[in-house]
Amino acid sequence: MSSLRLAIASAIVRLATVALRLIGSGATSAPGKLLLFLAPHAISQRSAQLARGCAVISATNGKTTTSGIVAKIMTADRATLVHNKAGANMAGGVAATLNDQQGDFGLFEVDEFWLPDLVEQLTPRSMLLANLFRDQLDRYGELDEIVDRWRDVVASPNAGQVVLNADDPLVAGLGNSARAPLYFGIEDKAVGESTAQHASEQACCPACGEQFTYSRYFVGQLGHYRCPNGHVSRPTPDVSADEISLNGLEGSTFSLSFSDQSFDVELHLPGLYNVYNALAAAALAESLGVDRGTIVGGINSSKPSFGRAETLSVAGRACSIMLIKNPAGANEVIRTLASDTEPHDVLVVLNDQIADGRDISWIWDADFEGLSCVTGTVTCAGSRAAELALRLKYAGVGISQIVVEERLPQALTLAIGASSDRLVILPTYTAMLEVRELLVARSVVRGSFS
Amino acid sequence: MADIELRIAALYPEQLNIYADRGNIAVLERRCQWRSIDVTVTPIGIAEPLDPDQFDLIYLGGGQDEDQRRCAADLIETKREGLVAAAARRAVVLGICGGYQLLGHSYELDDDTIEGVGLLDVKTVRRDEPRLIGNLAIRPELPSAPTAAVLAGFENHGGRTQLAADAKPLGRVINGHGNDGKSGQEGCRSGTVIGTYLHGPLLPANSWFADWLISAALQGSPELQTLDDTLELAAHRSACRASGFTGR
Repeated sequence: MSSLRLAIASAIVRLATVALRLIGSGATSAPGKLLLFLAPHAISQRSAQLARGCAVISATNGKTTTSGIVAKIMTADRATLVHNKAGANMAGGVAATLNDQQGDFGLFEVDEFWLPDLVEQLTPRSMLLANLFRDQLDRYGELDEIVDRWRDVVASPNAGQVVLNADDPLVAGLGNSARAPLYFGIEDKAVGESTAQHASEQACCPACGEQFTYSRYFVGQLGHYRCPNGHVSRPTPDVSADEISLNGLEGSTFSLSFSDQSFDVELHLPGLYNVYNALAAAALAESLGVDRGTIVGGINSSKPSFGRAETLSVAGRACSIMLIKNPAGANEVIRTLASDTEPHDVLVVLNDQIADGRDISWIWDADFEGLSCVTGTVTCAGSRAAELALRLKYAGVGISQIVVEERLPQALTLAIGASSDRLVILPTYTAMLEVRELLVARSVVRGSFS
Repeated sequence: MADIELRIAALYPEQLNIYADRGNIAVLERRCQWRSIDVTVTPIGIAEPLDPDQFDLIYLGGGQDEDQRRCAADLIETKREGLVAAAARRAVVLGICGGYQLLGHSYELDDDTIEGVGLLDVKTVRRDEPRLIGNLAIRPELPSAPTAAVLAGFENHGGRTQLAADAKPLGRVINGHGNDGKSGQEGCRSGTVIGTYLHGPLLPANSWFADWLISAALQGSPELQTLDDTLELAAHRSACRASGFTGR
């Protein structure tokens, strides 16, 4: 009876989806919401039909990129994917993906807050939890609340094999509640810092409440940490990266180690944060039993995901889009940009729609100081361009370099016309969608831009 | 003007920094430096005492509940007397969001009551009600503020703050929720002690208020030199507009 109900609901939703497309709506979650209304168990029913099961990925930062790398690996492993690759990661988006796509393996990035609900319905084979950073407080509330929700998920019998970031004390600390979690982490101390970045989370020992001490910080509170009273220390990773060499906006090379085997990896995604994404993807694939050669091949062939370090050519200029949405993510993007030796101009786009976070305070927690070394123009656009420009003034960007133009199409024209160097575009989420649309309309689009 | 100095104490910068509080400190610091006023910022953490004679402006930000609880206990234990003495000699004390709540008498949370320092005649209660979140603009009621001045920013708080009958708000809500979403009052001021729910952060979005605070902390002398505030004024207009306030 319930499968009949799902079949009818599914048919209605397909018709509705076609109708929405005909009227030009790009809505990705509306059909899914309709499906869940008509058939509330659609997610668990559809998920149970996936012959090779599914995997779930959650994190504050890197969900889309990490699942993009896992998709490469699983495709190379001859899986046919059901994958919410456009990032629609709440219940409606996952339901719509399951309804629209046919395949034998499900790969779902899931919103931090929706994780408990969706894990219960999806019953994944593996669940990857990669990091937790301070995000849009007006949407998600306090980080402590997310940690509490995640602790319950990790303990659930429906979570499958749990894969955790050993370097993130907030995430690794959940390991106590899991059965035999798999850990990943960075071993190369040379790529870390001895002091914490501003506004890093303060993680404390669960046993004595004392703040952890660090021998190395990699990204935000991610690093090599231990309780000063000896209660807890970073778990030894099962999958790790060492001998990391970061090559600016081009990518990096590193040595990827499983317990008894090492491989040289060439990653075409920039920055240390993407080394973490690749490592997380490798650990998840390892937990799924994928052959290690296939894992390495998948990482080596990975290309930037939707708006995450995508590069395309507009009027003969290379334009790279790197999404920024919270202090930790923005810091890594800015740090990667600052380490690039080529000259470039920058366009930063700050919107304050709900998906960006209505509260723009976070720009003062992000280290825009790294942009003070940019020698070209820094154009500020978006609904809160004026506040962004002020932030850059305080970050030490020269007043004469700052151009303010709220309207994005005009700002893009100004920024592209500014010089012949590479243009790096740092947009918030809704701004990224607008920027892509404008660039696609004006550009010769590269293959990855489909 | 090198003999003039503004001495800022930033309380619990590692715990109470949730709404980009460093932006407020940066604005105070730089607006002094641009005027050749010497400025020092001293972070004061848990278990460290507060010498009331060493500071002209004391800043207290907001944090997550657990951090705020730890800081509240420490505030009572090691800093209350210093804060009270500093306020008595008219040092500026600025509390934002959680910091505002801690400057009041108490913060009631479920069955628990966190004691505050009591410099502001307010009480905060958190019940099972939705958080008050959104852009906020207020009309401040301050001595010697610019005509038709507005403070704009963002608020995000679960607690509802009630002023005692003769306590004065920092201002009246133009758009947004303010202290409790009903009274039309926002923040509280008693002499040079100020509490508010406005972040954004507050001072980058309202540079005139940063100057008001600097003047108050320096007790009105010298008169502050005018700066090139082109970007500051544009940011203020943008924050006002986001709060739905465009008129005068």
